[in-house]
Amino acid sequence: MNKYFHSVVLDEEKCNGCTNCLKRCPIEAIRVKNKKAIIIEERCIDCGECIRVCPYHAQKSITSSIEMLKDFEFNIAIFPMSLYGQFSVDTNMDKVFQAIMDLGFDYIYDEARAADIVTEVLKNMLKEDKLPRPIISSLCPAILRLIQVRFPSLIDNIARVESPMEIAARVAKNEIMKRNNLSSDKVGVFFITQCPAKVTSIVNPIGIKESYLDGAISIESIYGDIVKKANQAKDDVKFSKGSPEGIGWARVGGQSYAIGVDNYLAVDGIENVIKVLEEIELGKLNNVDFFEGLACIGGCVGGPLNVENPFIAKSRIRKLSQNKGSSEKISKEYIDDLYNEGSIWWTEKIYPKSIMTLDSNIRKAMEKIERIKEIAKILPGLDCGSCGSPTCNALAEDIVQGHGKIYDCIFKLRENFYKDFSDGGK
Amino acid sequence: MTNKSNAINLEFNVMKDDFSRAGEASSKIKKILTQLGIVSSVTRRVAIATYEAEMNIAIHSLGGKIEVTINPNEIIIIAVDNGPGIEDVKLAMQEGYSTATNKIRELGFGAGMGLPNMKKCSDEFDIVSKKGKGTKVFMRISLDSKPV
Repeated sequence: MNKYFHSVVLDEEKCNGCTNCLKRCPIEAIRVKNKKAIIIEERCIDCGECIRVCPYHAQKSITSSIEMLKDFEFNIAIFPMSLYGQFSVDTNMDKVFQAIMDLGFDYIYDEARAADIVTEVLKNMLKEDKLPRPIISSLCPAILRLIQVRFPSLIDNIARVESPMEIAARVAKNEIMKRNNLSSDKVGVFFITQCPAKVTSIVNPIGIKESYLDGAISIESIYGDIVKKANQAKDDVKFSKGSPEGIGWARVGGQSYAIGVDNYLAVDGIENVIKVLEEIELGKLNNVDFFEGLACIGGCVGGPLNVENPFIAKSRIRKLSQNKGSSEKISKEYIDDLYNEGSIWWTEKIYPKSIMTLDSNIRKAMEKIERIKEIAKILPGLDCGSCGSPTCNALAEDIVQGHGKIYDCIFKLRENFYKDFSDGGK
Repeated sequence: MTNKSNAINLEFNVMKDDFSRAGEASSKIKKILTQLGIVSSVTRRVAIATYEAEMNIAIHSLGGKIEVTINPNEIIIIAVDNGPGIEDVKLAMQEGYSTATNKIRELGFGAGMGLPNMKKCSDEFDIVSKKGKGTKVFMRISLDSKPV
């Protein structure tokens, strides 16, 4: 498997070489070279900011196509929580579930049901004081990768519990294999996804060896079909759904609301999350019990592969999550079974990613820092991005690392061009 | 440039009551230590120590500066301010003791943890203060844990 598989990729044909993505990448993982953007693979955390800001739709997310269903005898769809926000609140959701089934699936499992399971796990976790505070939610894979790259000292704060997507896949697949007496390779599990980072997590999972999922199909690629099929669908089948609180996980603050934790902090938008993680790292928020940080504005409803406006979708999710509905209560025994079969916890250690390190030899790294300081001093400090690096300081780093040169800076280039004629040719 | 001995020297001025900029030194140092490949636990201690020093200068003093020297085996942080000086250093080192005004406390600062935190984060800590002159804090954090 590719060590650096990323769902977020660039379509070179469409790329215009502008600086929109360059300036917005939260970890300076993009450069523009020869009028085309390049994503530095080791750095990318798949947050999808570049997909959102690209005016030419050149940044995109690789997802599976519905064709892949042919590879399996039996196909399971995991219905994402954020999909509830893509339809008006009076929509008969059973018809939407049926519409997805009609795309070629044999079984469908609501991610919100797995969110209900994780809610119970987190409730128990918060009762124990062993974990360092605040406990950081493991829901958002882009934030997990961000912590590995920029906040490695907070790795121990992360709740080592699987995401609802993965738990949904495990529960559904195990159930189907048992019920239909099928071997693992005959059953395909697909996430209907709003999120490129989730796609990456299927190929390169965090905290586990291997994902139960076989692929992810983006919401935007099948939305039209869902709407068409939902209009024709009968609603005689009632599908099992998550509780209102489980559905509420799709918006920022929804996890904390579901858990019922009082002393929490919920932050959306990756730049905002970075600022709060800085505060946590300084030890200023040790009195907070639970932190949910989500890369997308609004939470998962703001995922770049959704179709609805995130604020409208978020408002719908809020309404749904406050329904005092008749959802089935999850028994303690059921959760205990899941613990025992190993469906809940992460099994693998999370390591820091030292991709920002300039050199493995500290003395050489120190020399490089000095040279970066010297170069940065003579650059104009405008952070215009015309050189192809996101800031003047980033260009200085690129030069020292051998990935750039001083005359990539158009101001230095112009200065050099005019230098012998600075007296006006007198 | 005192660069002859393989050291990186950094200096940050901290102004009185300048809360919008306090924290800048800490985050700049954190970035450099990350680029040097220093283990995150050490980087975090340096960041906290510098941050608390910055806040102390901004809250309590008439202004001052923070000097950081990064060697391949240790980091030295020296925070100096221009007064007014601490009346009773021993008392100031006690957790929870603070002379911060109510206004400052309402902002969430001045919990009396600054100096104790700085000490906790350092391998070696020293403080001298003279009424009417100023305060100087010395902190050494060793890098003996090798980068991963």
